[in-house]
Amino acid sequence: MTSPLGKDLIGLESLTPEQIQLMLDTAEPFKEVSERSIKKVPALRGKTIVNLFFEPSTRTRISFEFAEKRLSADTVNVASTGSSVSKGETLVDTARNLEAMRIDMVVVRHSMSGAAQFLAERIRSNVVNAGDGKHEHPTQALLDLLTLRDRFGRLEGLKVAICGDVLHSRVARSNIWGLLKLGAQVGVCGPPTLLPRGIEALGVTVLPRIEDAIEWADALNILRLQLERMQGGFVPSLREYNRVFGVTSERLDRAPRDLVILHPGPMNRGVEIDSDVADGPHSVILPQVTNGVAVRMAVLYLLAGGSPDWAAPPAGEETR
Amino acid sequence: MRPFLLKGGRVIDPSRLTDGVADVYVVDGKIESIGHNIEVGLDADTIDVTGRVVAPGLIDVHVHLREPGQEDQETIATGAMSAVAGGFTAICSMPNTDPVTDNQAAVGFIVRQSIRAAKARVYPIGAVSLGQRGEQLAEFGELVGAGAVAVSDDGHPVVSSHLMRTALEYAKVFGIPVADHCEDMALAKGGSMHEGIVSTRMGLQGIPSAAEEIMVARDIILAELTGGHVHLCHMSTRGSVDLIRRAKDKGLRVTAEAAPHHFSLTHDRVLGYDTNAKMNPPLREEEDREAIRQALKDGTIDVIATDHAPHHYDAKEREFDEAPNGIIGLETALGLGLRELVEPGLLSLPELLDRMSTQPARVFNLSGGTLAIGAPADIVVFDPARRWTVDPTLGFSKSRNTPFAGEELPGVVEWTFVDGRRVYRKGSS
Ligand SMILES: [Zn+2]
Repeated sequence: MTSPLGKDLIGLESLTPEQIQLMLDTAEPFKEVSERSIKKVPALRGKTIVNLFFEPSTRTRISFEFAEKRLSADTVNVASTGSSVSKGETLVDTARNLEAMRIDMVVVRHSMSGAAQFLAERIRSNVVNAGDGKHEHPTQALLDLLTLRDRFGRLEGLKVAICGDVLHSRVARSNIWGLLKLGAQVGVCGPPTLLPRGIEALGVTVLPRIEDAIEWADALNILRLQLERMQGGFVPSLREYNRVFGVTSERLDRAPRDLVILHPGPMNRGVEIDSDVADGPHSVILPQVTNGVAVRMAVLYLLAGGSPDWAAPPAGEETR
Repeated sequence: MRPFLLKGGRVIDPSRLTDGVADVYVVDGKIESIGHNIEVGLDADTIDVTGRVVAPGLIDVHVHLREPGQEDQETIATGAMSAVAGGFTAICSMPNTDPVTDNQAAVGFIVRQSIRAAKARVYPIGAVSLGQRGEQLAEFGELVGAGAVAVSDDGHPVVSSHLMRTALEYAKVFGIPVADHCEDMALAKGGSMHEGIVSTRMGLQGIPSAAEEIMVARDIILAELTGGHVHLCHMSTRGSVDLIRRAKDKGLRVTAEAAPHHFSLTHDRVLGYDTNAKMNPPLREEEDREAIRQALKDGTIDVIATDHAPHHYDAKEREFDEAPNGIIGLETALGLGLRELVEPGLLSLPELLDRMSTQPARVFNLSGGTLAIGAPADIVVFDPARRWTVDPTLGFSKSRNTPFAGEELPGVVEWTFVDGRRVYRKGSS
């Protein structure tokens, strides 16, 4: 039972445009499942999934958990607090233990780049990367793509500016690969201290000032500024960051067109994004969250060997 | 010890710029004569080495032997064995042991252990500073008295420019080089590979080339200030090469080494998060690799040194950021030199052997690196044409951390002699 995605979903860099498209298309019927009164289909009944979170995350974990439960999978959450993970058990030992327990799928979040791949190479279970270090966060990018596609009806030719701390962002990397592969144009904008040197080589346009990004783009994907970046000497203060790079309604008012606003959350209101922008008419931040569940359902379903042609069966089959 | 004759080999002695088929006669552990139709004693053995290269034993001025402290990774005996299997007759051991080799007794321990092992000669390098803490100078006089041939805080740079200055000045008394691991710690902090397009793609924090070059520039400036001899360890960037070239043009006492992995591999090798491609300094870009090769050709970089860094297998079996730096290198160095430098026509075989034996001896002021009549018979015999496949499980090091596993390399070491003693024979050790 080989899925059209291969065994694992580690990142978008190694995928073809068709594979990415397939995940987005497969997410469409799953959106509808979440609108039902009984939000459950039997697609993964009998499958066991471990959500292995070595790094705290509320949103992504909850989103995966909903996706798993709506697919009727049995799930276990392992968080880094209060488990062997925090007692210094190595990743390789964790992998061996999972293997011994015959888990079908592992959703892994880890603070170090490459950890998801490390795990995937050592266990037979399907591995879904829920964010590894600064490397990739593929399901986040997929939900961003899906949200943009919903809004614009297409991705081809769309101009998307990724704004903020690109250097430390796995969301940025996955978005860059996904957008480029599906024919969008990608700009990156942020303080030069937070843009990787030579990032143009990936095929993106560097937009030096936030005003440039606002003038250029159809949509802004605004990254969260981690508060520890100030200690790292990357930015002098949150206040200054907001003043120079913050997305404010005054700045957006001067845009040549209405910009769609994305944010992977959690937001620092008043730092990278002002509240009136986050809550404004062009914000798709809440649709992003909704799409997150559908996209993750699609990914889990496809990796488990589900048919791409599947359409959500009518509710009732799996009522109780 | 019976005298012996190495008969019919291609004898290459970079120290005397000789290269031709000849016989080498060894008596009492010394080179007695080289030539044709040598009259040998009745008790002499004759070893037919037709088609083989006979050269001064290789010398590696930068290895980590882990003893005392981390004997699960390597010991002086296993490291010295791995050395002779790679064609090395002498190696210099870095002082970042536990405890640090920063005193007479610690140096003496290494010397005694190497005599017991009776494989390659092991020349200890003492610490620059007590505990390698970068604060107070170690007793260079005591270290040298016990057998140290250089000082280094390798593993770390000498961070304080003042300490580096005083070390260079004080080392002049003993005529030893100060070998520096050039790294600006603030710039390199948190990095686990070269800063470039690959680190961007992989989401790994990069170490910019500038982190090395800033310290290279500083050390060169201090060499000029003090007149001391600075030896720059494991050079990896094109910018470093430019700086060294200018320093040498000025006539400063600056010498430098490069490791086989830096003339063989680039940062692309890190793709896939293979921790055996993690080292410090990191694998750099193609332009850097090319600059290192050219610098070895023109002598800007004096010597090839392996930076042999054994690690227990499970230490490397983990997240890339958490894995320790370094790879083993003693048994693959000659093969990589042949494959990467000689076969493409960049260096002649005598030039490669010069960078691996004669120059290391000159730079660290060691015996060896020569087949001069009367010199100790430190000799390697290898078949340059035969190829072999790297299998770390068959190596003599205690550790297996190499990115070259499974690769085919030219050059099979068949005999290694130290002081005329046969310390390695292919297939019988
Ligand atoms: Zn070093």
